[in-house]
Amino acid sequence: MYKVKVYVTLRESVLDPQGKAVQQSLSSLGYQGVEEVRIGKYMELQFDDSVRDVEGTVKEVCEKLLSNPVIEDYRYEIEESAKQ
Amino acid sequence: MKFAVIVFPGSNCDVDMYHAVKDELGEQVDLVWHDADNLDEYDGILLPGGFSYGDYLRSGAIAHMSNVMAAVKRAAEADKPVLGVCNGFQILLESGLLPGAMLRNKNLKFICRTVELSVENDETMFTSLYEKGEKISIPVAHGEGNYYCDEATLAKLKENNQIAFTYASDVNGSLSDIAGITNEKGNVLGMMPHPERAVDELLGSADGLKLFQSIVKHWRNSHVVNA
Repeated sequence: MYKVKVYVTLRESVLDPQGKAVQQSLSSLGYQGVEEVRIGKYMELQFDDSVRDVEGTVKEVCEKLLSNPVIEDYRYEIEESAKQ
Repeated sequence: MKFAVIVFPGSNCDVDMYHAVKDELGEQVDLVWHDADNLDEYDGILLPGGFSYGDYLRSGAIAHMSNVMAAVKRAAEADKPVLGVCNGFQILLESGLLPGAMLRNKNLKFICRTVELSVENDETMFTSLYEKGEKISIPVAHGEGNYYCDEATLAKLKENNQIAFTYASDVNGSLSDIAGITNEKGNVLGMMPHPERAVDELLGSADGLKLFQSIVKHWRNSHVVNA
């Protein structure tokens, strides 16, 4: 069993209107030092033992569906997890 | 001419599109469920607006993996007209049939109002009945219509005359005020504004009707002898 953590974030070159609004809100709360906020997505995937090439599969699903390469980058962490 | 309106779980402008084609344009049309795998009998494919799969993950992301999209791609390759409106446009972007992607509207609000568009290219099969520079009134209704692509793609869109419609003034933060683009061949059009909601003066504007009439005119010219 593998637990895969996937982080999808907007590319550096892409403006993030949501992050900007949150940053302004923090600033009005008095947190002047927070220069920038970028909002992304966090996903957890549980793989069973039938998947042979876990890393290859994770890359494949990230590119095919979980992220949109036009605007987003992704990174992932793979952890071995015990059977429940 | 026979159209297919593709219906995904969560589509909500499918009936408007059906009405526009059947009652205002006067052509044949079927509603086709997203699990269909053959669209050979149709001359034109329409992807309607709505919130397919609840916009989960990203707008259009899940719909673009559905069964019918392989057939939509084949129709596009066969030079048939493919029109995606609003969520339909987002699905075409996700599927790679059109370049770029959608971001949240700049003001983070869902924008629902009639806007003025400029016709940028009047030489496509979707716009031939308009004049270049013509201003038309078409409603928008979207939260993610802020068009984005990289600089190289934008340069290519301009060079190939692929920008069909722009907003006359900024609506959602779209790059170059882009409201609608075609593929390089010109037979796939994606646009955020809803021409199917502007097909009769009773609806406030009939400016969208010419878009559908342009498609039919193009089809008649290439398929009907003595048209």
